[in-house]
Amino acid sequence: MTETVIEISCQELVELVTDYLEGALPPEERARFEAHIEPCDGCRTYLEQIRKTIELAGRLTPKQLEPAAEAALLGAFRDWHSR
Amino acid sequence: MEALRAGDERVFEQLVRMYQGTLLRVAQMYVSSRAVAEEVVQETWLAVLNGIDRFEGRSSLKTWIFRILANRAKTRAQREGRTIPFSALGEGDPEPAVEPDRFDRGHWAAFPADWPEARLLGDETLRVIDGAIASLPATQRAVITLRDVQGWSAEEVRNALELSETNQRVLLHRARSKVRGALEEYLVEDA
Repeated sequence: MTETVIEISCQELVELVTDYLEGALPPEERARFEAHIEPCDGCRTYLEQIRKTIELAGRLTPKQLEPAAEAALLGAFRDWHSR
Repeated sequence: MEALRAGDERVFEQLVRMYQGTLLRVAQMYVSSRAVAEEVVQETWLAVLNGIDRFEGRSSLKTWIFRILANRAKTRAQREGRTIPFSALGEGDPEPAVEPDRFDRGHWAAFPADWPEARLLGDETLRVIDGAIASLPATQRAVITLRDVQGWSAEEVRNALELSETNQRVLLHRARSKVRGALEEYLVEDA
């Protein structure tokens, strides 16, 4: 049997993006991914947009606690400390 | 840690501020309502205080806190007669990252449009992302919050949420795909 390189489609590639970024693709599949994306403007844009999405999510600041809930917790802390 | 044991309130306050929002999102993975999730988080902090003298530092403080939370939340979920459905773990029906009608025989029918930089960098964009994350199913929301908002490693997330490598990745994939979709909808006029 001769080895045939099975090309992946754009629709398949978008489902592999996370595995690719996580370094979880087996070497052959990674090679196929890279062979596809190099000449494909649409998929390069898509990957870039996923990277941007991740970067922007990292700029969100975690939700602040309601002042009342925070006061209750600090009260609990004082009780704990003075026990 | 020493400061915490010695009763330094500011250290505790800092810890609470740092983790409260994330603990809440993780708790919501397990229990049915936000109110119950808030109770679980409150219990977790009390358990942290009561256990801090016994904490040996074999894991990081963060890992320890989230393990306490997961245990409490699971106990609570059991009492509620609730189990996490398989679909919530990334199994079950596939959810395509991009709508199938965007493709023609597997290839882009039209390439994804470029995102206008000026609009992308506006404050409104962060609100769109926040809203998109908030509307995700609870497990996807927990994973993307820990990974992308808080910057945890895949391994830390797997441990805190007790997910397999594959489940963690599938959930992250679905979450990121949907947030990208929401951004596209906001940024591209005729998307």
